Amino acid sequence: MSNPTSVLNISDEAGVKKITFMQKSIIDEVVIHQIGKEIVAVIDGAAQPKVLISFNGVDHLSSAALGVLITCHNRVRVKNGQLYLSDISKPIFEIFKITKLNKMFQIADTSESAMKNFK
Amino acid sequence: MRSEPYIQNKTLTELRTDLQKVQEGVALALIQNGYTDFAQFAIRLCLEESIVNAFRHGNRSEPGKVVQFHCKIDHESAEFQIQDEGVGFDPAGVPDPTAEENLEIPSGRGLMLMRAYMSEVEHVAPGNMIRMKYKNGPDPAQ
Repeated sequence: MSNPTSVLNISDEAGVKKITFMQKSIIDEVVIHQIGKEIVAVIDGAAQPKVLISFNGVDHLSSAALGVLITCHNRVRVKNGQLYLSDISKPIFEIFKITKLNKMFQIADTSESAMKNFK
Repeated sequence: MRSEPYIQNKTLTELRTDLQKVQEGVALALIQNGYTDFAQFAIRLCLEESIVNAFRHGNRSEPGKVVQFHCKIDHESAEFQIQDEGVGFDPAGVPDPTAEENLEIPSGRGLMLMRAYMSEVEHVAPGNMIRMKYKNGPDPAQ
């Protein structure tokens, strides 16, 4: 599922909403705001959301993007859902490690391995 | 190999357009001076964070307020100075975003990333100017 103004690709695989990014760089505030809106809409649209965010093809992100991910994490948790991140490149994973967010998020190497973890 | 240092003194008036121009010029200078992919990634991120901070937090996105940008890049180091028109802030007062109780707060990580990636970060009183230096060399162990 995507529309012309969307900044994300969102598909449904076995009850899991799989989200990928259309941009290589997630740094523009307007784009980040739109990403947040679209992911929150996915989360709010499910009673118990199962969401996989794949960073396949993403080579840059900013602290503002981390903020959106944290907001998503908090919303999913409130609804007893599940959120996995996957396909994170080494430089971007370093950002997660520096900020210790690798401890907060469930992170899988690949989308395929993440899909196996959803209950 | 570039012999003359790349020096820029710019007054930034609009965040996205000017930031992009800064990033493009710096990216080229880093490549020409032999900086690694890791260094280019780190510096791009830190410029993004510092200049966005200057416009958003320093100048509070007020129209007409500008950000002064200075950089000097040679094969030894890349130095940056970013100054906004705000009243400044006390960097010691920024909560540690990696503390257990702050981990789920969505903001406050830009400063931490700059400190992690740059070789030196200095806040100049009253806190509306930041100086950052990246020393060129092998990538730090990750």
